[in-house]
Amino acid sequence: MALPWIILLTPLLSAAFIVLFTQRMRDFSAMVSVAACVISFIATCLLLGKPNGMYVTAYHWLDVAPNFSISIGFTIDQLSKTMLFVVTGIGALIHIYSLGYMEDDAGKSRYFAGLSIFMFSMIGIVFANNFVMMFLFWELVGVSSYILIGHWFDKPAPPAAANKAFITNRIGDFGFMLGILMLWIGTGSVYFDKIKGAMPAFAAHPCYLAAATVLVFCGAVGKSAQFPLHVWLPDAMEGPTPVSALIHAATMVAAGVYMLSRVFFLVAASPGAQGVIAFIGTTTAVGAALIAIQQNDIKRILAYSTLSQLGYMVCSVGIAADSAAMYHLFTHAFFKALLFLGSGAVIYGTHHEQDIWKMGGLKNRLPSTFMTFLVGTLALTGCPFFSGFFSKDSIITAALEGGHSMIFALLLGTAFLTSFYMFRLMVVVFGGHTRSAHARDGHQPPPVMTIPLLILAVPSIFAGYHFLAGRFLTLPAEEHINFGVMGLSVFVFFAGAGLAWFLYNGKDSDPVQIPLLAGRFYIDQFYQTLIALTQDFAASLAATFDRWILDGAIVRGMSGAAWVTGFVLRFLQLGNLQAYAFLFGAGSVALIYYFLFK
Amino acid sequence: MELTLDDYLLVSGLLFAIGFAGVLLRRNIIIIFMCLEMMLNAANLSLVAFSRFNVQNGLPNYNGQMLVFFIITVAAAEVAVGLAVIVALYRSRQTTHVEDISSLKF
Repeated sequence: MALPWIILLTPLLSAAFIVLFTQRMRDFSAMVSVAACVISFIATCLLLGKPNGMYVTAYHWLDVAPNFSISIGFTIDQLSKTMLFVVTGIGALIHIYSLGYMEDDAGKSRYFAGLSIFMFSMIGIVFANNFVMMFLFWELVGVSSYILIGHWFDKPAPPAAANKAFITNRIGDFGFMLGILMLWIGTGSVYFDKIKGAMPAFAAHPCYLAAATVLVFCGAVGKSAQFPLHVWLPDAMEGPTPVSALIHAATMVAAGVYMLSRVFFLVAASPGAQGVIAFIGTTTAVGAALIAIQQNDIKRILAYSTLSQLGYMVCSVGIAADSAAMYHLFTHAFFKALLFLGSGAVIYGTHHEQDIWKMGGLKNRLPSTFMTFLVGTLALTGCPFFSGFFSKDSIITAALEGGHSMIFALLLGTAFLTSFYMFRLMVVVFGGHTRSAHARDGHQPPPVMTIPLLILAVPSIFAGYHFLAGRFLTLPAEEHINFGVMGLSVFVFFAGAGLAWFLYNGKDSDPVQIPLLAGRFYIDQFYQTLIALTQDFAASLAATFDRWILDGAIVRGMSGAAWVTGFVLRFLQLGNLQAYAFLFGAGSVALIYYFLFK
Repeated sequence: MELTLDDYLLVSGLLFAIGFAGVLLRRNIIIIFMCLEMMLNAANLSLVAFSRFNVQNGLPNYNGQMLVFFIITVAAAEVAVGLAVIVALYRSRQTTHVEDISSLKF
């Protein structure tokens, strides 16, 4: 079983090599990283043809207790092979794209080392056959995300965004860790297969199971940026655009959904946890779509659309349709990577302009970018015969068939909003006339950037078709195709697109002003205030304790008491010898009186 | 008339009281020193008296008398040191009156 090792370790070796030896040789570093990723991808393609040997323990690592041993193992099944294909395939394309996008960047070596270490961590998550290994790589992914978001650390915003992402994920990961511990206490193992085997006995404690599952889900809430921990993802767009495409759209944020699919047996056994997961997923889907319709930064719109689509996937897990979730993850990875890389091409072509109202008319200046972006948009919004159409429909249909009419209605509404905000973006960025000097001398990016776009456009169209997707995934069965639902989603697609065209065509500024949505429901401000208040309160409490109890009462109190005692007693120092003798005699008499006559 | 323990103790107490009064009231440091010696000898007297009147198996208890020898020895040493201090004091201050020696105070 050398293939999994090659897939996992090549990116790590590349990162180590770049950091240790080729920091100065920027172009060479880039080539090393790209080569490593391509090797991983080729090995993955070879692995696709191999049989599913589940749960291979490859390296025995730690024996903490008789019933707590940790190993580095490889899960090789349909799920992990598909995810690997997505991660390494899209990763390879984005590595190549980065060659163009980061061409003149001073930190190119650091950037590519970061990408490589990210690939290593992400592949580790996909391969994990136990919770501890998954958690380990889960954290590594967080670190590499931190490094890459903060790549341009000399500007103020990226480091702040990197911190925010890391700290917000910390909250979710804490829950994840508690969940792992609860599962270990409950079943005596951290291995997925053993936990699965212990499920019949374990399911007898529904409350405990639900609590453990929800805590494990907390990890997914952090990593997949679900409400209420979604705030880090839009800010993470401060990183370079290929990073946004790779980490914050196609792969890392999908890790939460992948993890939920991996431990779906837990979710399936716990209706309580399902309710929570479905609720969070639906809330995120709707809320993020609402926010997206009022954003003006091209990458933030895409970020919120990512949130919304992740909401779909999480909700799908919550309504026990895990195959639909993975289906959507699979298609979404392609078209969202395409959209982000497209937005990167636009940003590159307009000299790092990100405000959509300063673009306009780019259809003629960046024709191939426009075409591929259009494909991505159509796939995302669920245009018939594009990949997103099939996968999104399978989730919406699952909601209807599961009897969750409320979720069904909300998801359908979200599909309408998705169509609306994406066509708003299309119309404003590519349609109309140019609105700034940057847009006027917009130019087509080099082929190293456009070719990955063209390649990604292919799966964005076809990845949804059953004959293709069925090779990678266990799809929802054919009889679940519901033509009524399909008709409805085609209707909302056209309604959203039409409304966007009607409202935004030819406009130079936003005709719709909804401060609540433009302000993103003021959740950031709320957190800011909340944290400021709690922190101020805790700080003032600590300061009071320090100033009055520690400094005042204990330190100054003791020295003060000694000083006062000394001050009083020194009045007895009269300097007169006979007074001392008198006091001494009087004291003796008093003592004698006390001991003899009292 | 047979002398009793009370008589000796009375004399010893008187000697101690006179000595203590001298320490408290006299101004000349040499006199104070002599009064201190008197107090020591008052203690010696009572120790000897106790020894003499504590007869066991026809013999007095000599422990008290042993202690008296110690006190005499220590008193002799103390006199040597004390007089030397007083001489040194007189040399530096040209006085032996305790009111004039009161600089050790707050």
